[in-house]
Amino acid sequence: MMAQPATAQPATPATIDPQTVVADDPVLAARPENRVWKKFRSHKSAMLGGFLVGFFVLMAVFAPILPIPDPTATDWGAVRKAPSAAHWLGTDEIGRDVLARLVWGARASLMAGVVSVGIAVAFGVPLGILAGYFGGWTDGIISRCTEALLAVPFLILAIALAAFLGPSLTNAMIAIGLSATPVFVRLTRGQVISVKAEDYVEGAHAIGLSTPKILSRYIFPNILPPVLVQATLTIATAIIAEASLSFLGLGQQPPAPSWGSMLNTAKNFLAQAPWMAMWPGIAIFLVVLGFNLLGDGLRDALDPREH
Amino acid sequence: MLAFLLRRIVVAIPTVILISIFVFGLQKLLPGDPILAMAGEERDPEVIEFLREKYRMNDPVPVQYLAWVKGALTGDLGISLRTNQPVTELIGQKLPVTIQLAVMALIFALVIGIPAGILSAVKKGTITDYIANVVALSGLSIPNFWLGIMLILLVAVNWQLLPASGYVPPGEDLWLSIKTMLMPAFVLGTALAATLMRHTRSAMLGVLKSDYVRTARAKGLAERRVILKHAFRNALTPIVTLTALLFGELIAGAVLTEQIFTIPGFGKLVVDAVFNRDYAVVQGIVLVTALGFIVMNILADAAYFVLNPRLRKQ
Repeated sequence: MMAQPATAQPATPATIDPQTVVADDPVLAARPENRVWKKFRSHKSAMLGGFLVGFFVLMAVFAPILPIPDPTATDWGAVRKAPSAAHWLGTDEIGRDVLARLVWGARASLMAGVVSVGIAVAFGVPLGILAGYFGGWTDGIISRCTEALLAVPFLILAIALAAFLGPSLTNAMIAIGLSATPVFVRLTRGQVISVKAEDYVEGAHAIGLSTPKILSRYIFPNILPPVLVQATLTIATAIIAEASLSFLGLGQQPPAPSWGSMLNTAKNFLAQAPWMAMWPGIAIFLVVLGFNLLGDGLRDALDPREH
Repeated sequence: MLAFLLRRIVVAIPTVILISIFVFGLQKLLPGDPILAMAGEERDPEVIEFLREKYRMNDPVPVQYLAWVKGALTGDLGISLRTNQPVTELIGQKLPVTIQLAVMALIFALVIGIPAGILSAVKKGTITDYIANVVALSGLSIPNFWLGIMLILLVAVNWQLLPASGYVPPGEDLWLSIKTMLMPAFVLGTALAATLMRHTRSAMLGVLKSDYVRTARAKGLAERRVILKHAFRNALTPIVTLTALLFGELIAGAVLTEQIFTIPGFGKLVVDAVFNRDYAVVQGIVLVTALGFIVMNILADAAYFVLNPRLRKQ
């Protein structure tokens, strides 16, 4: 058995507070990731956004083990009942528990937000890199297609795509993702063009590094912060878009719960059961506000001019 | 100015061609054969063949596309399967309703968004600024269809102040028309007001730091005059161009607003078309909206050109 070198363990590992080290050590404090984190933590509204998003994510993840009824179970003896001890947020037009549907609906909304932005990033970022880095004809074709798609309003494009693909949550996510792609192409292209002109990229060319290496080592890490900010803000837009499509009947199909489809039903029972309309709307508002605050906070924290 | 506009129009041509390819391509996304769907239950081979000929389905795709473009250029966007009316005629009927809604929404947005943005910038860092920012971010985060539902519940159902839904043409009864449109226009205008407020604030903050504002203050001008005459006039350029670009948001927002308030406009037309599988109407609407956006873009550039003396001298 080999002996451990004497220097492998720090002298007093348990007594060191990493935050104190970062604050005291000018080298560590100057590291961009520490500076960004410090700035982000001091941004109260961003922390509130993080809390809101975290709350809904936990709610969606732990939906199966929460002590709530089955969101699709109907109870004809409890149709449109006002909030009570048995049903905290009331029941809907066929006696389903509104709280249970709200909790399970968080899954559809968050999934739609994350998956559709994932699709937009997966297509948009590589296309933007191609357009920005190679320029010329590649840029011309990609940029003209992006402009054409940007000319169609986001929701109209998503509705048209969802209509032609057929109504379902998956198709709604694809439609929203494809509609959001041009924004990422344009953003990435602009960032790549500005990073490409930096001295360190010219240096990398000069020492003969291959294009894939330059892209992965120098271009990609430098375009990541604005893409991250845009992705966070687009999740907020995508959640509203999914709720809008479900509200129109083009997203999540019944009986599976989604906040948009809950509102669609609720609008027919406004006078008799206003609670059916209130909670899904508040949930959409809070989660979208959370992502907007988080995105604004990230933008401020990652903006070098703010330091 | 004319040369500038012509250059912008020429630059827009490839975009228009790509949009037309995209809109035409939408029907190719449809699962199955649309002709079989049109032929009904019997699926008579003669009827199918007649429809294939009529809709040029036997021709190669590029030939189909060129025929479609030729039709579109002469104002023929096809026939609505649901109403049997030409798509162009349908859009022409519904568009004025949406324009009335959009104009009223824009008035709400401008009246709320611009003063709030100026106030927020002038009072930067104070409680007024904080409240204006919170309200603006909330305006951006509230789904407008939910806001519409809540307003119907409060204003129309509980307080009975305004009609819950419907549409009255201004020619029929102007006051009732405005009254019916107030709630939908407010709902549609809130998100835009939030966007305008944030942009006005940011433009004003930039201008308030400039030398000419400092000079105006040093000359002893009244603060009100400094803000409105010197600062706001210079911050106006980006705001005017942004307002023109908000066209897309207005049309997209109108889809849901018209659905909630049962307004027979452009937005309701697209939703009805989607549910009735009236694809020619959906295509027509996407095309007209995109072209409208391009025109507004060119107008925004023209406004920028007119408002910016440095650009005019070049």
